[in-house]
Amino acid sequence: MKTSYKKISEKLIESLLFVSSMVTSLTVILIVIFLFKEGLSVFNETPVEAGNVIAVNKKNPLSSLSSEQIKNIFDQKITHWNEVAGSKDSILLFRLEDISNYYTDEQIGENFEHLPECISKVVDSIPGILAFFPEKYLSKNFHGKKIEFNKIALKEFFLGKEWFPTAQPAAQLGVLPLILGTLWVSFGAILLALPLGLAAAIYMSEIAKPKVRNVMKPLIELLAGIPSVVYGFFGLVVIVPLIQKLFDLPVGETGLAGSIVLGIMALPTIITISEDAMRNTPRAMKEASLALGASKWQTIYKIVIPYSISGITAGAILGIGRAIGETMAVLMVTGNAAVIPHSILEPMRTIPATIAAELGEAPDGGLHFKALFALGCILFIITLCINLIVEYVSGRKTHKAH
Amino acid sequence: MKTKTILVAIAFSLSTILQAQKLKGSDTVLPLAQKEAESYMKANKTAKLTVIGGGSGVGLAALIDGTTDIAMSSRKMKMTEKIKLSDAGKAGKETIIAMDALAVVVNPENKVSQLTRDQIESIFTGKTKNWKDVGGDDMQIVVYSRESSSGTYEFFKEHVMSNKNYASSVLSMPATGSIIQSISQTKGAIGYVGYAYVEKEVKALKVSFDKGKNFIGPSMETAKNKTYPIIRPLYYYYLSSSEKAVKPFVDFCLSAEGQKIVEEVGYVPLTK
Repeated sequence: MKTSYKKISEKLIESLLFVSSMVTSLTVILIVIFLFKEGLSVFNETPVEAGNVIAVNKKNPLSSLSSEQIKNIFDQKITHWNEVAGSKDSILLFRLEDISNYYTDEQIGENFEHLPECISKVVDSIPGILAFFPEKYLSKNFHGKKIEFNKIALKEFFLGKEWFPTAQPAAQLGVLPLILGTLWVSFGAILLALPLGLAAAIYMSEIAKPKVRNVMKPLIELLAGIPSVVYGFFGLVVIVPLIQKLFDLPVGETGLAGSIVLGIMALPTIITISEDAMRNTPRAMKEASLALGASKWQTIYKIVIPYSISGITAGAILGIGRAIGETMAVLMVTGNAAVIPHSILEPMRTIPATIAAELGEAPDGGLHFKALFALGCILFIITLCINLIVEYVSGRKTHKAH
Repeated sequence: MKTKTILVAIAFSLSTILQAQKLKGSDTVLPLAQKEAESYMKANKTAKLTVIGGGSGVGLAALIDGTTDIAMSSRKMKMTEKIKLSDAGKAGKETIIAMDALAVVVNPENKVSQLTRDQIESIFTGKTKNWKDVGGDDMQIVVYSRESSSGTYEFFKEHVMSNKNYASSVLSMPATGSIIQSISQTKGAIGYVGYAYVEKEVKALKVSFDKGKNFIGPSMETAKNKTYPIIRPLYYYYLSSSEKAVKPFVDFCLSAEGQKIVEEVGYVPLTK
């Protein structure tokens, strides 16, 4: 009787554990599905905001315009139609508010009832016109040619060099500068934090006296408790001017400033986890090494580090994870210019900073909103790749050690 | 007995929270709306107002969803937002409650003290890259701007840069405070901030919108008499269906007392 009761309770606990692990994995899967569903829908959108029309004169041989060409035309970098395989005329831009240059308020009508007709006439009369206006003012017998847009292509999204998600009339969604910015900043952070963190961990676990260690460890753990905004502010006020002076740069908000701040933020994770792993090296192994005549340093790098390599890599992964996903501190110190960086001493814009800065104002469900979700997908894929690589590498190392 | 009074008190405070009118939106309008709401509540003991920031876009989205009574905005409602609102079967009303002057600011060590609109456009679109081209020292121009989601960003683009896009090398900062901090520590910097934020750490430039004939610096007087050209309206948006409920507060903001608060906060009162 008693044993069967025991069996039932054990089964119950087992199923409870099963359910909770299932719920966790399901949540993760659901989040990923949601992220990708929203993110991938950006490729069903056209770069011109819904509800707007871009039209040209009927006689213009032009068939299509890329969003980049539209931006250059509206920025007046392209001023002649033959630069984009159109007619021989120079381009005349027409926005809705320009209608008052052509028609009086009476002609347009009190409630804009004649506006569609007026627009149609303007587009018909000027051969070089490029008109941009809301779709609701598109006349039923419109005399111009509406330009159709292709959906946003994978290639222009990933290889586009310009990020102007709110540009009118055509948004520029090139994420290459953002991806490169993220990689530069995170790579720099790890390059700074890993050697420093490892050195501190080795010192604390192997060399430091217990008294020193008891002071140092809580101090380093305190670093992890500082909010990231505080790191960001510290970076902006202290590190940014320092970098500017040190390298004699016109501007101090650079990728390097971001790397340093992120490096400091990743340190406690790397130090605590790898130190714990090193302290778990069996005493017998260390003593055997010392007994064989190896010096302290030889013991550290022949015995302690190989033994704790999986813990060290775990610390490094979590450190990188914090660096890549960190938002606020980076937002404040890297300058956020969406240009393709050529060195770490230039302003950069990272993916998390972009999402944090723009999501609050992006209209719900619009093109910009979806593009930010697509950025989230890219970030997810980057961290997934890093995890897989590190796991593969550390798996091979432990295999060798055995 | 005691518990009963407590219960009644809780119920009463709950009901006032539920009745409280919500204002949500632009962080530029936020300090002004907070002050206005405070004095309005002092004058009307029964009134309850809650003011929340988040950005113009957030406020307008909340108005469309029906989760706020008044949306504060530092820009006009966009076409897409208007379409969404009418799709939801609602009609919006717009009230200008104050004006805000934008100052073009540089580092105090910079020799340049005035720029024409064309020069500003050329700097922000990335055509002019060195201060020596606009009468300053031989020094690279570092352009600071707000994030693309900010209402200030849009306004500056429309009214100063004749609708051209910013250069992609422009540094975008998350808040006005960080723009001022960065400009005060970068010699070649230029940026724009609300007039209320101009402090000693930065120098406000005189600007000319008539091709260099008159250069005018930002001040309360020049903004009030509209000689300073970079000035924008700040808006309240509300649904026409809830006009009756929100009108008293909106009217208070437009009254002489409300407009006095506008000036105290550092914005420009409306002139008739």
